[in-house]
Amino acid sequence: MQSKTQVTSDIVSHIATLSNIPITDKETVNLAKEFTKVLEVVDHLALVDTSSVDPVGQVTGLESVMRSDEVQKERMFSQEEALRNARRTHNGYFMVDQVLDK
Amino acid sequence: MNEYTTIVGMEIHVELATSSKMFCGCINDPFGATKPNIYTCPTCLGMPGALPVPNAKAIEWTIKLGLALGCEIQPYSKFDRKHYFYPDLAKGYQISQYDLPFCKKGIVKTLLGDVRIQRVHLEEDTGKLQHAIIDGKKVTLVDFNRCGVPLVEIVTEPDIHSGEHAKLFLKKLHQLIRYLGISSADMEKGSMRLEPNISVRKSNVKKLPTYKVEVKNINSFNFVKKAIDFETNRHIDLLQHGQTPVQETRGYAEATSSTISQRSKEEAQDYRYFPDPDIPTIRLTKSYVEEIRNTLQELPDAKVSRFVKEYNLNEQEAIQIVEEKTSADYFESCVSLAQGTKETAIIAPTHIARRIINQQEKTELSPKQLIEELISKQRQKQIDPNLVRQAIQTVLRVQTKAIGDYKKGKTTVLMFLVGMVKQELKGKGDASFIETELKKRLG
Amino acid sequence: MLNKLTLVETIKKIKAKEFSHKELYLAIEKQIQESNKTFNIYLSLDKQALQKAGKLLDTPLAGIPIAVKDNFLTKELPTTAASSVLKGFMSPYESTVTKKLMQSGGVVIGKTNMDAWAHGSSTETSDFGRTLNPRNIKYLPGGSSGGSSAAIAANMCTAAVGSETAGSIRQPASWCGVVGLKPTYGRVSRFGVVSMASSTDSPGPIGKTVEDVSILFEQIAGHDDLDATTPKKEVPQVTKTIRQGVKGMRIGICYTDHPDLIDKKVTKQILEAGKLFEKYGAQVTIVPVTEKLEKGKILKHDFSIGVYTVVQRSEVSSNLARYDGIRYGQNREYFGVEAKRRIMLGTFTLSKGYADKYYIKAQQVRNLYLQNFEQLFEGYDLLISPTTPSYAEPLGASIGNPMFGELEDMLLEPTSISGLPGISVPCYKDEQTNLYLGMNIVASWWQEEKMIQAAHLYESETPWNSWRIYV
Repeated sequence: MQSKTQVTSDIVSHIATLSNIPITDKETVNLAKEFTKVLEVVDHLALVDTSSVDPVGQVTGLESVMRSDEVQKERMFSQEEALRNARRTHNGYFMVDQVLDK
Repeated sequence: MNEYTTIVGMEIHVELATSSKMFCGCINDPFGATKPNIYTCPTCLGMPGALPVPNAKAIEWTIKLGLALGCEIQPYSKFDRKHYFYPDLAKGYQISQYDLPFCKKGIVKTLLGDVRIQRVHLEEDTGKLQHAIIDGKKVTLVDFNRCGVPLVEIVTEPDIHSGEHAKLFLKKLHQLIRYLGISSADMEKGSMRLEPNISVRKSNVKKLPTYKVEVKNINSFNFVKKAIDFETNRHIDLLQHGQTPVQETRGYAEATSSTISQRSKEEAQDYRYFPDPDIPTIRLTKSYVEEIRNTLQELPDAKVSRFVKEYNLNEQEAIQIVEEKTSADYFESCVSLAQGTKETAIIAPTHIARRIINQQEKTELSPKQLIEELISKQRQKQIDPNLVRQAIQTVLRVQTKAIGDYKKGKTTVLMFLVGMVKQELKGKGDASFIETELKKRLG
Repeated sequence: MLNKLTLVETIKKIKAKEFSHKELYLAIEKQIQESNKTFNIYLSLDKQALQKAGKLLDTPLAGIPIAVKDNFLTKELPTTAASSVLKGFMSPYESTVTKKLMQSGGVVIGKTNMDAWAHGSSTETSDFGRTLNPRNIKYLPGGSSGGSSAAIAANMCTAAVGSETAGSIRQPASWCGVVGLKPTYGRVSRFGVVSMASSTDSPGPIGKTVEDVSILFEQIAGHDDLDATTPKKEVPQVTKTIRQGVKGMRIGICYTDHPDLIDKKVTKQILEAGKLFEKYGAQVTIVPVTEKLEKGKILKHDFSIGVYTVVQRSEVSSNLARYDGIRYGQNREYFGVEAKRRIMLGTFTLSKGYADKYYIKAQQVRNLYLQNFEQLFEGYDLLISPTTPSYAEPLGASIGNPMFGELEDMLLEPTSISGLPGISVPCYKDEQTNLYLGMNIVASWWQEEKMIQAAHLYESETPWNSWRIYV
């Protein structure tokens, strides 16, 4: 018997971090309420008996689609095209504020 | 030291040397790129709407590696998305493999013990970061030439029990990869990267320790040994004082042959793996796998055994010759060439092997040239140089016209004279030695 | 006025030199000038469109003006997906669909408004203002392909292209009283279409008549090496078989027994449609609803709402992870409220401790729907139902309602998550409000020709198509 999920502000904060989305405290509270509401609809699924069925993520029935190992020059970007839409670049690189090492 | 046992598992990443990237047709040559961001396209740059299509050769080579490692090949596999945010990860997720890696349960045998391979899977590489200070501001520069390059990840069981053992294991693995011709596996170029996970337990305790320390920034097999040795001592020291080493990531410091604590990760990452909906699942049929198995050429261990048997080399010689596939192939070319000459008896495989091994630098001689050189040396040995000189004297006394022609500039006469000397010696003697001596006499 | 002609009429007459490209484009541009500010349909327009068209007379699409939803990447016009994150983004590469349209001689005259990131069924969640329903400006056009549907309804183009994840072509087509065709998933390349839910996204045509969308369908469909989810199947020549009717087809009427959710009027219209098809030689029966898999019965649509909610948001949270403002666009603060909601909920449903309960469970229930349809299509050639529960909703209806889209699309979600093709045609017009109801005709995988035959027949034999006099 699946229980209803209560989405707390803590959960929302954690999710916001995981999603890399900045949100305010007020938004956190609102989102917690909204998520709980949305999940009520989803919790409905618990009523369905899926004990004998596999999850399916693809509906085409396709398998083993691959490409041969060939360079496709016509699809490649020039350095200019690659950098064209970036807000910050430097000598051919994309640039961001310094990040910590992985 | 025997009171404690070192337990090490390794994670090795190897860039495959395919022509194109893993999921797109961009040039796969990040190390050779002359400028940043010149080998990108919508797919590897993570543009809106771009889609991945897997590189068949990369998959084939991963299976090949798995087979060479004695792995089981999954009949059915897929690619999964691994999510985290970092500037070098263009899509905000890496296409990798989670619970159905292509290969599982292999083994690498070393003189210090077997190392079991837990899994071998295929994923895409990330871009490269570089820290810098621009206009007084601390920034990070990002280059996506490497983003999307096919990357094989090999994970071992924690079977490695010392720095030396790790070194042997890595050398074996490295050799195998180069034998298969699937990667340059060059640590300096970054086409092979490794991370040991190290812990220590009391030898009489069976359970695995509750912690492990990951060490990054190791650029050579020697440094792996040093890092493991350092960590082993550090852990033992802590344990002896009743403390448990902290589970963390540390960086190897070359200058001091030690490791330094890096910012410890706050919580275990939640990568939210799920199967990539853009890439249909992959069925690895028995016939497909067998086809790949058939392309597997002789591997180092088998080659060593064969060389010992077939060519009468001793094991040490065989191991040295077989070290690199190129030298093993070269050796066999020389042997088969020698078999085609009259001097077969003289130029035995062991002889050839020693010649190759004793070579200081990589030989530039073709097999033909090498054989000729060996034959020449043999012939030289066949007869006392003084007897050769006597024969030369004898011939020159008679062949005055030839001497005259030679002095006029007809250098072709020299070969005639060599022939005459050989006749005098009844076929013995080495032609190039005779030639050299003749020149000396003729001035 | 030339902008009111259907695609078929336009191509025929322009090739017959009854009028020039200049005259056609003048008419279209005049309409755009008059109404675009009010309706807010186009986010960008190509000033060179006429020049391009002039050279394309001897091509299949003869240089006709096409409106393209702003989630298709185009090199000549900005692509924003109606989000501030991508404001001004000029793509360095072309989507396969727009490339094909141009190769066939079509001209992309502008990019149309949509729900930001295609998250919605109203076009009210665009970061660049809502689009109004040209049939009645107090109402919404539906979404997320609201702009493209409205462009057709307002005669601001000759043909249009949209995309559907679960209803985003058919629902706005229904609300705007136009024809919307959602191909089988995998039939049309997604390469260069901003990804929403990768496992259901289907680009497709929106137009004035069934024949119009059929022509466009033929031009854009087909395997693409750049999209691994497009099988190498031959594209059916739907324009050749379009007039073959429904003789011998087995047609099932679905979802008409939910009195709470469906306007009684639309139920009546669907049943009438059934009678029409019977008259023309089809075998028509009502498909009873079931809560558990049962032969010959259709699974209750209710669960598909949950499935879609989870699957879509999970895949969205992943597909939108690339928008970090480093290589293009703005950083993630620029996401609108709805986008943030969906990304975060999707992250939640995939996260440790919840993935089993939500994501895996949803994909299992999805399999039940797949199995259900596989079984149903053994006994039926087509399934018909209302496209939407009722008419277009008034402006503002989606605000503050996080499940708005899912409820409006509830009848379309089962077929969308299964990858089936469907076409929506107008099936009623309310004389007082000028608003429309739509009928959804669904065929089995890869059998678009059958649904097109039925749709064309219905369109020819009923008065609901507003361009019918030209057909």
